[in-house]
Amino acid sequence: MWNLIVRHLNDLVAVALFVIGFADLLFQKNMIKKVIGLNVMDSSIYLLLASQGYITGRKAPIITDGVTSAEYYINPIPSGLVLTGIVVSVSVTALLLSMTIRMYKKYHSLDLDYCLMMARGEG
Amino acid sequence: MKAERERNDPKTIISGKISGKLKAVYRVSAVVLAVLLFFMLATVMIGMPDIGNKNNPDNNEVAKRYIENGLEETGAVNIVSGMILDYRAFDTFGESCVLFAATICVMIMLRIDGQTKEDDEEANKITFGIRESAFSKIDSRNYEPENDSILKKSAILVVPLILVFGIYVVLNGHISPGGGFSGGAILGAGLILFLSAFGFSATEKFMNAKTVKITTLVSLLVYCLAKSYSFFTGANHIESGIPLGTPGAILSSGLILVLNICVGLVVACTMYSFYALVRRGRI
Repeated sequence: MWNLIVRHLNDLVAVALFVIGFADLLFQKNMIKKVIGLNVMDSSIYLLLASQGYITGRKAPIITDGVTSAEYYINPIPSGLVLTGIVVSVSVTALLLSMTIRMYKKYHSLDLDYCLMMARGEG
Repeated sequence: MKAERERNDPKTIISGKISGKLKAVYRVSAVVLAVLLFFMLATVMIGMPDIGNKNNPDNNEVAKRYIENGLEETGAVNIVSGMILDYRAFDTFGESCVLFAATICVMIMLRIDGQTKEDDEEANKITFGIRESAFSKIDSRNYEPENDSILKKSAILVVPLILVFGIYVVLNGHISPGGGFSGGAILGAGLILFLSAFGFSATEKFMNAKTVKITTLVSLLVYCLAKSYSFFTGANHIESGIPLGTPGAILSSGLILVLNICVGLVVACTMYSFYALVRRGRI
């Protein structure tokens, strides 16, 4: 059982980070702290993807000394997936923060429950 | 007076409407949900293949092809750069468009119309005493500290180094780790530091709304048109005549250098415009 955990250590840490970020979304009332929780969830997914490409004993995929055999380098494809993920995460965070600014301008509060209640009360 | 203030306070309004029992039920069920989610995902992850095993199902013939034929087909020493800018170039084009769309959406939400140069000058004339609500026209948004000497002196030392390093990372994307995205982020950070230290009037001389628009649009168009040759050459099995150069030189690997520069410019303009829109309401 301990052997099982050690062999999948990267995956389990990624799952733990994901659940911590998710708990941030559930428990925090402040909108900025919820956005931070979403960012923690994104980082856990990068860890998961990047560790799936690793092969023990091999090097990073930059060709050195002209060796182009596939036995010397790790799998380069999951790194490309992480790049896409990072770009998407930056865009979503920027949009969420600008929506938070608009919400603050109208209701003068960063508390999501209060703003929803004010919005329902008005409309 | 105190009773009225307490009645309008957010905490009492919410706690008046939501009873304590409902809050306790919500908290307990949220904890249960989080723990259940952790055990569900951990069970799935233990069933996945081991980390680092070379017989994993995702180390298949695609990775083998990219590594073995990457150097002679793309000319890039950095296999990941050759993959995202040559074999899978349209994905990277989509990502640049995602950044462009994000800039447009943030501009829609945060841009304050009707601001002209006269408004800026008038706001800058107001002295320290008048500062009321956070979002009136004459407010802290247009006020900039003029004599922050620590920031200015350190920015004079550090901003040229940051910009040069960012250009180095962008240009060396096909030789060493780097590329358009990381180099663009470094360039954007250098521009933001310059803006914070010297104010909008100094930065607008070279980085205003027109520059950002032209740079972004020209970069995206050049990327799109440069890579469209593969629609014709790929389907008809014609060799494209783009020279690949010697591996390891800066001017090598065909179009990867041009595409890296385009992506780097788009990312730098996006980072700068996010900051300027939040700070002031227009780029």
